[in-house]
Amino acid sequence: MLANLMAWIDKRLPVTDAWNKHLAQYPAPKNFNFWYIFGSLAILVLVNQLLTGIWLTMDYNPSGEGAFASIEYIMRDVDYGWLLRYMHSTGASAFFVVIYMHMFRGLMYGSYQKPRELLWLFGMLIFLALMAEAFMGYLLPWGNMSYWGAQVIISLFGAIPVIGDDLTLWIRGDYVISGATLNRFFALHVAAIPLVLVILVFFHILALHEVGSNNPEGTDIKKPKGSIPEEEQSKFKFHKNYTDKYDIVDAIPFHPYYSVKDIMYVVAFIFIFCWVMFFHPDGGGYFMEAPNFEPANGLKTPPHIAPVWYFGPFYTILRIIPSKGIGAIGMFAAIIVLFLLPWFDRGVVKSLKSRSKLHTFNLIQFAISFIVLGVLGTKAPSPMNNMIGIIAAFGYFGFFVALWFYSKNEKTKPVPERVSG
Amino acid sequence: MSNVPVDNGRRRFLTAATSVVGGVGVVGWAVPFIGSWNPSERAKAAGAPVEVNVGKIEKGQMIRAEWRGKPVYIVRRTEKMLAELKLADVTDQLRDPNSEEAQQPSYATNFNRSIKAELWVGLGVCTHLGCAPTYEKDTMGERVKALDNGFFCPCHGSTYDLSGRVFQGVPAPLNLMVPEHSYISGDRIIIGVGPDASGGKA
Repeated sequence: MLANLMAWIDKRLPVTDAWNKHLAQYPAPKNFNFWYIFGSLAILVLVNQLLTGIWLTMDYNPSGEGAFASIEYIMRDVDYGWLLRYMHSTGASAFFVVIYMHMFRGLMYGSYQKPRELLWLFGMLIFLALMAEAFMGYLLPWGNMSYWGAQVIISLFGAIPVIGDDLTLWIRGDYVISGATLNRFFALHVAAIPLVLVILVFFHILALHEVGSNNPEGTDIKKPKGSIPEEEQSKFKFHKNYTDKYDIVDAIPFHPYYSVKDIMYVVAFIFIFCWVMFFHPDGGGYFMEAPNFEPANGLKTPPHIAPVWYFGPFYTILRIIPSKGIGAIGMFAAIIVLFLLPWFDRGVVKSLKSRSKLHTFNLIQFAISFIVLGVLGTKAPSPMNNMIGIIAAFGYFGFFVALWFYSKNEKTKPVPERVSG
Repeated sequence: MSNVPVDNGRRRFLTAATSVVGGVGVVGWAVPFIGSWNPSERAKAAGAPVEVNVGKIEKGQMIRAEWRGKPVYIVRRTEKMLAELKLADVTDQLRDPNSEEAQQPSYATNFNRSIKAELWVGLGVCTHLGCAPTYEKDTMGERVKALDNGFFCPCHGSTYDLSGRVFQGVPAPLNLMVPEHSYISGDRIIIGVGPDASGGKA
C-alpha cells in the first residue's frame, strides 16, 4: 500500500531519488571530526529562528508607539511568550557561534579551496544575510540600544561621497530613526531576508553536494573512474550520480551514519542552549544590553554604545580608524577579504595537517586577533584599547596578505592518498 | 508553416529591441518599490521650527531641545569658557578652527559659532555616526590637554570644544552642525528659522 503510494509519487516527483542522492546514498568522508557538526547545527538553529520568529510576530506590534510595550506584553502576559522570545534571542547568538565555528572549520581544512570556491561564496552570502537579519532584528524591541545601534550603522552609509546623506535618508525613511524605519526593518526582518536566507542555504547545500564534502585530511574521496580496484572501493551503495563518474573510497552514506551521529551532538547542543536560555537569557548583558531595557530615546545616547558581541570584531575595526570614511571602508573590507579567501590562498594543499608550520601559526594568530577584536568591540574606547585594536586589526588583515605571499611556494607534506584509520 | 529562410539579422534586432523595451519596463516597475522608501509627506511635515526659552539657563549650564527629532544643545558659556576657545594650544589641535566647512549658517560663521557670543546653539549629533555627545563641564581635561569644557562622544571617542569644533585624531570629520536659529525676543529663540527668515534650512 505504502510502496504503491511511493511509486505513484516517484513517477510524478523524484522524492525517493532526491532522498537517496542527498541523504541515504550521499557519500560523506568517513573521517569527519567534531568540527563537522556545525553545518547540521546551523540548520537546526535556522529552523528555531524561523519558528519562534513567526510566533513572535503574532503578538509583536511594529510601530514606534507600540513596539516596546508589545515586547513587555509578550514577556509578561502572553503564555510562554517569554520562552519564545528567549529562544529567539538566544538563538540569534547561538547562530553566530555555530556559523563562526563552521567558518573556522573551513579555514582549518581548506574547504574554500578549488573546487569549493562557489560553495564558500554562498556561505559568505549567508553570513552577510545573517548579519543584516541580526542587525534589523535588534532594532525591533525599540529599546535605547536598538535605536542608537541602528543610528550608528545606518550613518555608516553617510560616509559614501556625494550620495551618502540622501542614501541614509532613504534607508531611514525619515530625518531620524523613527517608526517608519522600524516598520520597514520589520518587513525585511520577517519576510524578505529570511526568504533570501533559505534560498541561499538551499544553493549552499546543492553546491556542496555537487563538489562533495572536504574532510580533515584534505584528501579526495572521489577517484577517477576505473582507477580503484573493486575490493578497495567503499562497500556502501551510493547514488549513481556519484558512482557513474567516480570511484568512491573512504566514504559512508550521510544517512544514517552522520545523521545519527549528529543527533548526539544536537542533544549536547540543546543542553548548553537551554542552560544559557534559562539561566542567562540576557547573556550577561552581551545578548541583551542594559540600555535596551528602557525605550528608544532619540535625545539620549547610552553612555557606552556597544554592538551585540557577534559584531564586535567588525565594530572595533570601524572604531580604531580615526576617519569616518576610511573606518567604514575598513569595516567592509574585513568582510570582503573573507569573500576573496579562495583567491588569497594560492596553495593546492587544503588541510593544515599537511601544510607548513607557518600556515598553522598564521591561522592561530588570525583566530586570536579575531577574538581580541571581538572583545574590544564590547568595551569602551580608550587609547590603550585602540592601540591593542590596531595591532589585532593588523593580525586580521595580515593573515590574508601573508597567506597570499607564502602559499604560492609553501613547503607542504604530501597529501595522503587515502584517509588513514 | 511556410519555409521562408530565417533572417538572423531581423531576429537579432527583434530580440534586442524586445530586451530594451522590457528593460525600460523593469526600471519603471522598480520605481514605486524604491520610491516608497523616501520620507513620507507626514514625515516631511513634522519638521516644523520650535521655540525655546533660553532665559533660565544659568551660566555654564546646558539644556537640550528637540527639533526634527534631533537633540539641540543650548549652552550659556562663561567668560572662562569663551576664553578657552581662543587658546592657541586648543585651536592648534582643531580640524577646522575657522569654521570653513559649511556646518553653520553664515551668521554663525565666527569664532564662537553663534549669534550671541555666550549662547551656543548646535545639534547634539556627532558628525561621525550620529550619537549624542555628552557635555563635559570641567571634566574635558582628561580627553584634551589645556581644555576644561567641551563635548565628548561616548560612541567612538570624538571630541569637540564648546563651539562644537572637532579635534584632530578622532573619527568625526566635521564640526557639530549649527542649525538655522534666531532670536524672537531677548530670551526666546526659534530653531529652524534664521534671522532673515530664510526658513528651516540647516
